[in-house]
Amino acid sequence: MAACMRRICGAGLLKSNHGIVLQQANKYSSSSTWTKSQKALCTSAGVLAGGVAALWYTLDRSVQAKDLILHPPEQDWPHKGLLGSFDHASLRRGYEVYKQVCAACHSMQYVRYRELIGVTHTEEEVKAEAAEIMVEDGPDDTGAMFKRPGKPADRFPSPYPNENAARAANNGAYPPDLSLIAAARHGGEDYLFSLLTGYCEAPAGVVLQEGQHFNPYFMGGAIGMAQAIYSESAEFGDGTPASASQIAKDVSAFLRWCSEPEHDQRKKTGLKALLMLAAFTAISIYWKRHSWSSLKSTKILYVPRKKL
Amino acid sequence: MGIADMLFKRTSTMALTVIVGAFVFERSFDVLTNTIWDKINEGKQWKDIKKNYES
Repeated sequence: MAACMRRICGAGLLKSNHGIVLQQANKYSSSSTWTKSQKALCTSAGVLAGGVAALWYTLDRSVQAKDLILHPPEQDWPHKGLLGSFDHASLRRGYEVYKQVCAACHSMQYVRYRELIGVTHTEEEVKAEAAEIMVEDGPDDTGAMFKRPGKPADRFPSPYPNENAARAANNGAYPPDLSLIAAARHGGEDYLFSLLTGYCEAPAGVVLQEGQHFNPYFMGGAIGMAQAIYSESAEFGDGTPASASQIAKDVSAFLRWCSEPEHDQRKKTGLKALLMLAAFTAISIYWKRHSWSSLKSTKILYVPRKKL
Repeated sequence: MGIADMLFKRTSTMALTVIVGAFVFERSFDVLTNTIWDKINEGKQWKDIKKNYES
């Protein structure tokens, strides 16, 4: 920026940038007047801080390694990276998987049908989706509760009336609410994808209780949920082949959207903010150099008065 | 009288320049960043696929 300004405005505006002047100014920089002990103190403080950070990191890693859990590998999501938006066709398929498979046991009580408008479905489609469920409403004029077809403002239906009913129907294991699950688990959608596709035979020595299944990505390995996703276990409206990994990928991306519906807007605003801040950084560097130019190009000397 | 003097010498013209400049900059910056965003995420956003579902 400073170089550009000099080219545009001529050298007059930026006299302090001449190499010689800078060299002279460096001679009077405060860092060159440090004593040896000051330098030694500063160096040892830096080394100490670095050592403490390295030790803390190592200890933290070893603590993480003690759990009996397989950490999920990072997948190449369409929305990965600083500027990647969700793949909305994938989100739409993910909603279909949630509706056909997950919703049988899992609630999603913090997501409303209207939030799908302009994300995965049109308004007409959302109205039709919502009308498929029956919602308890009321009280009416006589004080009785009644059932009515769902509206876009209704939440996704819960399969069980409360947690106790859910536990009673699932061997005491509570299928967690999926509204914020991608934000609530380490690894987010990577974890969800690995968990859904990671079911395998329990290795020798692992004893499972009645109704438990083995999944190396689940803490402790014994999970109450049976493998739910197989090839063709869901049907896609857009004709995408429903392989197990495709189903798991789409529903994991959909659950990430549920946890973070502002995701796309956030990254877009981030792009704008970074560009603006980069411009402001350049301007402020130029401004600082401009403000200091008179001082940096002035030699200040202390000349003791000679004794007469 | 240069362009800078013409725009910034009088308070009235300077205020006008700042207001008009802010509007023009904001619009063009938004268009620029939205274009970059749409280019990077071509085919992934709702507006790219909604034609398949609108009757």
